[in-house]
Amino acid sequence: MSDAPVAIVAAHGDLAFGFVSAVEQITGRGELFLPMSNAGLGASDIEKAILELVDSRKIRVIFTDLPAGSCTIAARRVLVARPHVVLVTGASLPLLLDFMSHEELEPAQAATHAVDRAVRSLTTVPGAARGH
Amino acid sequence: MAIELYRIDDRLIHGQVVVGWGQPLNLGFIALVDDEVAGSEWEQELYRMGVPPEMDVYFATPEDANRQLEQWNADQRPGILLTGDIDTMRRLIGLSPSIRTVNLGGIHHRAGRTLKLRYVYLSPQEEEALRALERGGVTVTAQDVPSARAVPLEDVLRGEAER
Repeated sequence: MSDAPVAIVAAHGDLAFGFVSAVEQITGRGELFLPMSNAGLGASDIEKAILELVDSRKIRVIFTDLPAGSCTIAARRVLVARPHVVLVTGASLPLLLDFMSHEELEPAQAATHAVDRAVRSLTTVPGAARGH
Repeated sequence: MAIELYRIDDRLIHGQVVVGWGQPLNLGFIALVDDEVAGSEWEQELYRMGVPPEMDVYFATPEDANRQLEQWNADQRPGILLTGDIDTMRRLIGLSPSIRTVNLGGIHHRAGRTLKLRYVYLSPQEEEALRALERGGVTVTAQDVPSARAVPLEDVLRGEAER
C-alpha cells in the first residue's frame, strides 16, 4: 500500500471521521482512509459520492458500518460498475487497524485478513473479583 | 398487529428502518412498495441482504400492495410499509383509501426541492401532493426516528419546525 488513500470508510453520522481520527491517533496513518458520511444524502447521492471517490482516488476497498445501511446499499451498487472494488461491512477499529497494517498484501487480501481479525476481536470479558 | 407505519423514505430499507424503527416496534415484516424494485430480482436481493433473517420482506407494486394490504394488516406481527417517493404512496392510497396516516421519513435534496426539515426537501408539486392527501383525510407527519417529535404537515411546509 502506498501513502495514498486505499479505502473509503462510509458510515452514519460522524462515525467514519471518528474511525479515521482513531487510526491517525494510534498509527499516524489515517491518510490511508477517506471518511464519508451519509448524513443528509439520499440513496442516489450516497452512491454518486462513493463512485466519485472510487474513481478519482483509485479506491480498491470500501468499509461500511451497517450491513443493511444506506452506505452498504449504495456501495453494492458501485460494485456492479466497479467489480475490482471490495466491500466490507461492519467496520470497526480492529478491522481498520489490521487492514492498514498489512501493506504487503493486495488491498482485497488485506481486507479479508482484517475481517478475520475483527471477528476474533469481539470478546466478552466476565466480571471477576480482584485477586490478591 | 398490522402495519404500524406507512413511510415515505427515499433510502427505502436502511438503518433507520431496520434498527431505528425495527427494534422498538419489534418488526416482523417490511412491505417495500416500488415499481422498479418489484420488477428486479437483483434489487430485491440487495434490499433483503441486510435484513435480519427473522424479518420478512415483501416486494410489491402499488397495485400488488393494494391486493395484499388486507392480508398484511391481518398479520399478527407489526409491519412497516415503505415507498421511496410521494407519488407511489399517493397511488397506493388512491387504491387503498383505508390508509389514514403517512410518515415522511426521508426525502432528501434534489434539484427543484427546497429544505423543509433536515431530512425533508420538497418541490412545489410534492407539497401540493401532500396537501391533497391531507384534504382527503390522511394525516401526514414527518418523523425520522421513533424518539423524534412527529411534525405535522403544516409545520413541515412552513419549514419552521427546526428553526
